[in-house]
Amino acid sequence: MNKDAFLNPKLFDPDIEQIASRAGFGEGLVLAAEENEQVVGLCADLTESTRIQAFAEKFPQKFFEIGVAEQNLAAVASGMAAAGKIPFISSYATFSPGRNWEQIRTTVCYNDMPVKIIGSHAGVSVGPDGATHQALEDIAIMRVLPNMVVICPTDSIEAKKATLAIAGLPKPCYMRLSREKIPVITTEQTPFEIGKAEVFYEGSDVAIIATGQMVYRALLAAEELKLHKISVRVINCHTIKPLDSKTVLKAAEETGAIVTVEEHQIIGGLGGAVAEVLSQKYPIPLKIIGIEDRFGESGEPNELLEKFGLTKEAIIKAVTQVLKMKGK
Amino acid sequence: MLTAQEARKLEEKANIIRQDIIKMLLEAGSGHSAGSLGMTDIFTALYFNILNHDPKNPEWAERDRLILSNGHICPALYATMAHAGYFPVAELKTLRELGTRLQGHPHRTALPGLETTSGPLGSGLSQACGMALAAKMDQKAWWVYCLTSDGEHDAGNTWEAIMLAGKYELSNLTVIVDRNNIQIDGFTEDVMPLEPLRQKYESFGWYVLEIDGHNFNDIIDACNQAKAIENKSVCIIAHTIPGKGVDFMEKKFEWHGKPPDKDEAKKALAELRTLQGKIRSEHE
Repeated sequence: MNKDAFLNPKLFDPDIEQIASRAGFGEGLVLAAEENEQVVGLCADLTESTRIQAFAEKFPQKFFEIGVAEQNLAAVASGMAAAGKIPFISSYATFSPGRNWEQIRTTVCYNDMPVKIIGSHAGVSVGPDGATHQALEDIAIMRVLPNMVVICPTDSIEAKKATLAIAGLPKPCYMRLSREKIPVITTEQTPFEIGKAEVFYEGSDVAIIATGQMVYRALLAAEELKLHKISVRVINCHTIKPLDSKTVLKAAEETGAIVTVEEHQIIGGLGGAVAEVLSQKYPIPLKIIGIEDRFGESGEPNELLEKFGLTKEAIIKAVTQVLKMKGK
Repeated sequence: MLTAQEARKLEEKANIIRQDIIKMLLEAGSGHSAGSLGMTDIFTALYFNILNHDPKNPEWAERDRLILSNGHICPALYATMAHAGYFPVAELKTLRELGTRLQGHPHRTALPGLETTSGPLGSGLSQACGMALAAKMDQKAWWVYCLTSDGEHDAGNTWEAIMLAGKYELSNLTVIVDRNNIQIDGFTEDVMPLEPLRQKYESFGWYVLEIDGHNFNDIIDACNQAKAIENKSVCIIAHTIPGKGVDFMEKKFEWHGKPPDKDEAKKALAELRTLQGKIRSEHE
């Protein structure tokens, strides 16, 4: 454990507190609006579910219900930003940024407007709603856009900090959030800076770079591998773009083997971003854990994470594989 | 009402701007002729009469906002802005060149005075709504004008914005629809019928005016009238002639997306200089 990360002391307790990261966003947005009067909120008929409700209740004059119209959601926000506002737009990630990609590309990114796109319900852990509502491609379609910042908080506390941070960043931002309750692994003291990946667990044999709720599972894997005398570094990569290539390369140089973990398609996600850096600057064995070019399905969140291979066991297996590759 | 002299001055200005559009398109070798010529009178009326703006201070916070949604007719926007004093007229010939501020479709951060980046159709009205919402929140007096094409009313995004303006009673928003009846693939009513367009807007809670988009008194009166309408956005359906001013381009959808070649440009310029043969050209 890296004690400078000030992680939750109950990190490895089975009864660790669990809160959805969307809740952290809801709390953070109210704080951001208290700090900056230009913050406005827009939603596409998912006010309660994306947790923008608290803001809407506290600042009714600054909240705009756009209806089921995600293209309008993004472009109206662009116009408000042009007039000096800091708009947060919330929906499910499959719809925004899924359905309004071109509006985001042209009116937000190319136009360079500081619109904050909040995509809730990312990953298979959305559960029973099934594949239509489980965003697995959002990181790919957002990180490919020039000017865009992409953030995937690891828990609710980090989502709150990220919300405050992006409110103050004069750039287009995308933040992906979980529907499900996930372990609260950080504390208020845990450092958070956009674009800076944090080492949560010290180690030198292999590094696991994870994002979102997968950081927790990576930590569980590291703790177990320690028993087998394998020293694992776990990096919380909450900012996927701009990628903290310095921390990635340092881990590559110091450990010589990397595993990435995300609740997203392998194609185009965090693993791809890490591979883009490693393959060109410091090629070493790499395993990418994510969704293998397929859609999700209905089920309970944990059943789905297991079915799609996003488990502690899968991470441990990948670690042993990269260690073997490194040994050759 | 404009005096006869004021009206003639605007007509002369529009004529010069049309000539520049032809020259720009010839130089660039690509671009959209018909819509640019068809909307020149409206751009001229806006920049030389209607808008509260300051070309020397394009960031002026209290300026009226002009959003061009159908960005492909930017030759008309650029030429009018240059003549209004935003940048040198000589720069017009850089249209679509490498390194130019006059991108093939308008890019906000490239050129001071542009309010948005546009080109992909159907999103400009949403952005205009966003600006109008923000102005209302902050109790600002500046006005939002949005120019749209009729063809982009095929897009669902346009109607999402029309619905929103109705909901929020954006009385500080005036939309001018370039009703020229053409789009790339043909006549609008063949591609995807839009009529009854007026009734559609009205049923979404808008106040609608219909004008001759080449009559300066009509254009200016309608914009003034729009300012007097309370609790509603105003849609001005401007009936225009695509390719206006150049006989062989007028009402031809084939001229939607192409520039004139050298001979065509020569012919077009001669026509404009002689007001379609009504006066003798000094260049004859």
